[in-house]
Amino acid sequence: MTKPLTNAPFGPEDMARRRKRAIAMALILAGMVVLFFVTTLVRLGSAVAERTL
Amino acid sequence: MSDINAHLADSQAASQGGLGSVGDFFALLKPRVMSLVIFTALVGIIAAPGSIHPWLGFVALLAIAVGAGAAGALNMWYDADIDAVMRRTAKRPVPAGTITPGEALGFGMTLAVGSVLVLGLLVNMLAGALLAFTIFFYIAVYTMWLKRLTPQNIVIGGAAGAFPPMVGWASVTGSIDLGAIALFLIIFVWTPPHFWALALWKKINADYAEAGVPMLPVVAGADETRRQILIYSLILVPVTLLPALTGTVGLLYVVANVILGALFLWYAWQVYRLREGQAAEAACKTLFGYSTSWLFIVFALILIERALGLAPFAPVIG
Repeated sequence: MTKPLTNAPFGPEDMARRRKRAIAMALILAGMVVLFFVTTLVRLGSAVAERTL
Repeated sequence: MSDINAHLADSQAASQGGLGSVGDFFALLKPRVMSLVIFTALVGIIAAPGSIHPWLGFVALLAIAVGAGAAGALNMWYDADIDAVMRRTAKRPVPAGTITPGEALGFGMTLAVGSVLVLGLLVNMLAGALLAFTIFFYIAVYTMWLKRLTPQNIVIGGAAGAFPPMVGWASVTGSIDLGAIALFLIIFVWTPPHFWALALWKKINADYAEAGVPMLPVVAGADETRRQILIYSLILVPVTLLPALTGTVGLLYVVANVILGALFLWYAWQVYRLREGQAAEAACKTLFGYSTSWLFIVFALILIERALGLAPFAPVIG
């Protein structure tokens, strides 16, 4: 028999809270990607397209 | 027997963490304090000479807000023992048991490092360094050291709350100018009378005493606190006019602040004069409420002047 990782009673409510936390974290990470991407465009301006091919 | 097992399982779950909701983690950020930080930082960004790309201004504001939230979370991690004793703070996530101290520490540190890196790398290094110093000051100097040691805790610790407009200003200029220091000084001198008015409330005072926090009313008594409130209020009014000397504000700000300052002094005088009974308690509550609005209006006046295109005075200093 597989031993559980913890003894914690993760019931349906706990799992629902975890799910919401995971969604919030995913949204924050996606926001970070947008933040860095747009900031790169803003800081580099037209230079973003200047590169040697 | 099953009840005992359920209780044990709950205790284990609580000690292992993983039970906090998104709302619990949001509460760790002290959203009410954060909103004031966002507002004063925004004023710092708007009041600073020069300009910043609106997106970078938004990034700066976001980083400052998250940095303030990180400081709040770290404060709740360290102060959980005090918070558990005081009625005002007993329902915070750590003393309530919904978030473990380890989770609060990890959450706070992650946000602190993240916000400083974002501000430093995406906006400018000085602003990032100032934000790092602000978080360090609030946690190490105020929370860990001064808060439990001296009745001057709120005086020196108040600097942490005064830094955000300076960080906002530095985000635009990349420097620390006299105008930024003037905004810093306003919040720095405002903090003691504001918090001591709150600490004089009987319930709050009893809470601090029970938790062993050496707030001024607990250590030096209510009369001395009233005297200190009046002294700091007398200093605050001229300090509020400093941005006029640095060329940050104009006539509207000065005229409005003379009136607002006179009202502040009146309410501080009432706290000093009324020492017994319901009237004394009411005077403290009035000053606390007014001082909260006062800070908001003082900083909003700078925004209003900018929005109306009113010219600031020529700088006398700086």
